[in-house]
Amino acid sequence: MKLNQKLKEYWHKLGSPRWFYEITTNWVTFFGIGALLLLVTGLVWGLAFAPADYQQGNSFRIMYVHVPAAMVAQSLYIGMGVAGFIGLVWRMKLTDVAIGACLPLGMVLTALALFTGGVWGKPTWGSWWEWDGRTVSTLVLLFLYIGIYALREAIPDLDLRARASALVCLVGTVNIPIIKYSVEWWNTLHQSASFSLTEKPAMPVEMWLPLLIMGLGFYCFAGHQVLSRMRLEVLTREANSRWVAEVMLSKGAPAAVMQPSTTDTTDHGKD
Amino acid sequence: MYFDSFTEFLRMGDHGLYVWVAYGSTLVVLLGAFFITRSMSRSVEENIRWAILARQAEQVAGIAAKQGRSNES
Repeated sequence: MKLNQKLKEYWHKLGSPRWFYEITTNWVTFFGIGALLLLVTGLVWGLAFAPADYQQGNSFRIMYVHVPAAMVAQSLYIGMGVAGFIGLVWRMKLTDVAIGACLPLGMVLTALALFTGGVWGKPTWGSWWEWDGRTVSTLVLLFLYIGIYALREAIPDLDLRARASALVCLVGTVNIPIIKYSVEWWNTLHQSASFSLTEKPAMPVEMWLPLLIMGLGFYCFAGHQVLSRMRLEVLTREANSRWVAEVMLSKGAPAAVMQPSTTDTTDHGKD
Repeated sequence: MYFDSFTEFLRMGDHGLYVWVAYGSTLVVLLGAFFITRSMSRSVEENIRWAILARQAEQVAGIAAKQGRSNES
């Protein structure tokens, strides 16, 4: 009973832009520092210290950027689908802000995954592009991202835009399991998953540990980006509200701005 | 380090071009995203600060005008 009430309170707070803005201030820094440390470690390790693959040679090092980019691109889409669902059911405004924040990064990371995949494919498969299950479903993901982006640009009305993009995000999530199982459903060139939750990786530790670090680094980076963009959108939408003024003045405003207090100006009409 | 020399590291066993293009494009994407988002945040914050300043200046001017009028009467 008590827990239920706590949860309910939390849920309502989640819809408050001010609460969101204030609670995420430290998260942004945390994710940013995490991303920097993990990515630098992972890059150096993956490029210079991990042993070369016995079949693919050094081109396998592309995995350390290709796999995390693809994973985060799909995760961001799942995030948009979940946000779309919550937005459609509970009419929460913050979910549309979240969709708008995941969108640009998800789009460029999908493009990056396809590009690095092609660059990896050339020395390994002998071709920049293959019409195989994984590449085609990832291309569909890119088109979904571009489509939602175009949709949002085309609808100026905030409410209509929110509902339309939430719906497309939600429907588009059917593509995610298709990407995931494409390597099993169709007999393809693309190699199967590097990581799974249930089995030990097929690679030796010194190969998969840098991949894990890069993956976490990419997730931290995505966290940093999505939160920063959400905060910036919240500020833009709430620019004229009192809490934005309070928050903005409390952090590093010039002293002159602080001087005239807003409370004593409002009462002057009375005397 | 896995490689014997720096030249070996750059060559990546004849896969140098592919490896460096992949890593280079990744770096461009990550740094680009970071700096674009940062400059957007900064300009939004700047604009909001100016708007607040303008609102406050208006209020101060309003009070001054009102006080001026009450002094005259």
